[in-house]
Amino acid sequence: MNIQTTTRPLPQAVNQSKLTTADCDIHPQRNNDKDLHPYLEKRWIEHMQMFGSRPRQAYQDGPAYPKGQPNAARRDAWPAGGRPGSSLAFMRQQLLDTNNCVLGILNATGDNGQSYQNRAFGAAVCHAMNEWQLHEWLLPEPRLRGSIVVPYEDAEAAVAEIERYATDPHFVQVLMLSRTSEPPGQKRYWKVYEAAAAAGLPVGVHAFGFGGYPVSGGGWPSYYIEDMVGHAQSSQSFLTSMVIEGVFERVPALKLVLIEAGFAWLPSLAWRLDKIQNRLKAETPHLKRLPSEYIHDHVWLTTQPMEEPANRAHVLDAIDWIGWDRLLFATDYPHWDYDDPSQVLPMALPEQKKRDFFLNNAVALYGQR
Amino acid sequence: MSSIIAGGIDCDIHPAVPNLKALHPYLTDHWRDIIVQRGMHELNSIAYPANSPLTARPDWRVEGIRPGSDLELLRQHALNPFKTSIAIANCLYGVQLLFSEDMGAGFARAVNDWMAKEWLDKEPRLRASIVVPAQNPEMAVDEINRVAPDKRFVQVLLLVMNDMPLGKRHYWPIYAAAEKHGLAIGIHAGSAYRHPVTPIGWPTYYTEDYAAQAAAFQQALSSLICEGVFTKYPDLKVVLLESGFTWLPAHLWRLTKFWRGLRMEVPWLDRAPTEIVKSNVRLTIQPCDGPPSEEMFQKLMEHMDSDELLLFSTDYPHWQFDGEDVLPAGLSPSLVRKMMIDNPLATYSRLS
Repeated sequence: MNIQTTTRPLPQAVNQSKLTTADCDIHPQRNNDKDLHPYLEKRWIEHMQMFGSRPRQAYQDGPAYPKGQPNAARRDAWPAGGRPGSSLAFMRQQLLDTNNCVLGILNATGDNGQSYQNRAFGAAVCHAMNEWQLHEWLLPEPRLRGSIVVPYEDAEAAVAEIERYATDPHFVQVLMLSRTSEPPGQKRYWKVYEAAAAAGLPVGVHAFGFGGYPVSGGGWPSYYIEDMVGHAQSSQSFLTSMVIEGVFERVPALKLVLIEAGFAWLPSLAWRLDKIQNRLKAETPHLKRLPSEYIHDHVWLTTQPMEEPANRAHVLDAIDWIGWDRLLFATDYPHWDYDDPSQVLPMALPEQKKRDFFLNNAVALYGQR
Repeated sequence: MSSIIAGGIDCDIHPAVPNLKALHPYLTDHWRDIIVQRGMHELNSIAYPANSPLTARPDWRVEGIRPGSDLELLRQHALNPFKTSIAIANCLYGVQLLFSEDMGAGFARAVNDWMAKEWLDKEPRLRASIVVPAQNPEMAVDEINRVAPDKRFVQVLLLVMNDMPLGKRHYWPIYAAAEKHGLAIGIHAGSAYRHPVTPIGWPTYYTEDYAAQAAAFQQALSSLICEGVFTKYPDLKVVLLESGFTWLPAHLWRLTKFWRGLRMEVPWLDRAPTEIVKSNVRLTIQPCDGPPSEEMFQKLMEHMDSDELLLFSTDYPHWQFDGEDVLPAGLSPSLVRKMMIDNPLATYSRLS
């Protein structure tokens, strides 16, 4: 992942996998803001040029934790003349063909409107992201499906965005980021979940975002590595809020997908929540079942970045505890911590488990529309 | 359940300051006057609401007595039934939550002197942690240096959530002082509430606040490791108190993987996080957020990859278990001995 290349050769299918895969976390990226102009009103184009996106973080360009690689990307994922993830032709060859990918879920994260301080502007950019996805990616490439980028901090605007695409088969998920500005189980977000469930769409929660609070309850850490590792803890808090507030009780059809947050932490969290909720149940009479039961019935997780114990078989215990039907293979293409389907599992598995892990779970969840 | 053995070392009990008045004899005239003049309230953290079930076990509650505040009850409830030889007192009176550094230092000093006189002098099985004003590391070091000659203090006590992550160099003078005096650093659940306890804001329910403590410990551990605290202070022992421990393996798998990919950012980190934890970090066993089956627990212990990490604790008077069911089921007698005696002795140099 750290090889510096001076030329940009066309990708070769070197790791040709015999598996057929679904990839549940692919990141398309625009080359520059002009790519969004066809989908933005003049007012917002001017606003973007004059004031920039102004998320809840310090810098105009790039995060205050510089990434581990330029654009957080694989060094070999730069198409000629463009940014990683910006060329469909390049992605087809390097990712979809190489991995025998038959279903690729796009999560258009990055500078996508979701964490902007100006929420009206953010909503406009979210909508532009969806139109850009549809026209530049989903219509030209039948293997790809999109996630509806919604301005979830403004539930009404998010609901309007969901309703715009609710019957469009190109979109199979509603996309949120994990760093919300308030705990996501709180009432102000419920309409988003209700609209997603009504449309039969899972809510995918991708790690990252700028909610404005430090990634730890003890303040801002110094390093990118802590911010990256911290997405697991942040997602633990996200899920805790969803469960303890009773969102799954209120919206029984809701399906939640935690994306790029790791997964091996889930069993311990579920055990802890069961214990604490049982002790403190006087506080949460709205919960009718154990936290672990809500989690088991409503939550899926993508696999990348796959945890890597020294004894790699240990990670299979974690999957046993979560359920083999709950994990969705993902590469995180084109990012530097990409998981390769031919390398990601620690050992040979029975054929059925392997097919579920790499393909069937995703088809069952996303392929029903 | 696994059977306890006699002579165990209980690494987390909570004698409680009954009220501010109890500290009066140990405060300077200035702070005594301030209490009266400003009508100060008790410094009880929202981390343990008085009547919350978790705050005290039902059979450890006695009408009219603040749980943990009575020595005779502590003997009856915690020391005698668990046949404890030594118990380490971690006082959670909220002096670190004050915004005034001077006030924090004044009250921390009083708490330590109260602890020595009202508890340690009266009960030879007790040891204690030094409460410090973490608001200001210089003042914290002064308090450590003042109290350290009393060898009954075996540890410096910090809360897991403060102004800044605990690995930051801001706090290093505290670690230097602890290492110099042969004191462990105990990091206990709780917050100074400078930030919301979750990265996504203030949660609605106390249930979420308590659940979030485990995430905070994961991040404090990331911070201590990534900032290089154990590279700088290789002999330092850090004990995570009331942290839960079943999260540890998965957290280290993730942290170690990212360390492999991002070590250029933290070049002083010369060992894998998993190795650092084995040599420098310990965790207490209550609360045990364990799996529903003994077989799963056995697998989890394999994931822990060391029998030296866990230290026996009751977390008295917090309600983590019933009766004498303090140990997770399925522990071998040799592991029980390690948790209850050998590991605590190896962790706290002042106990030997």
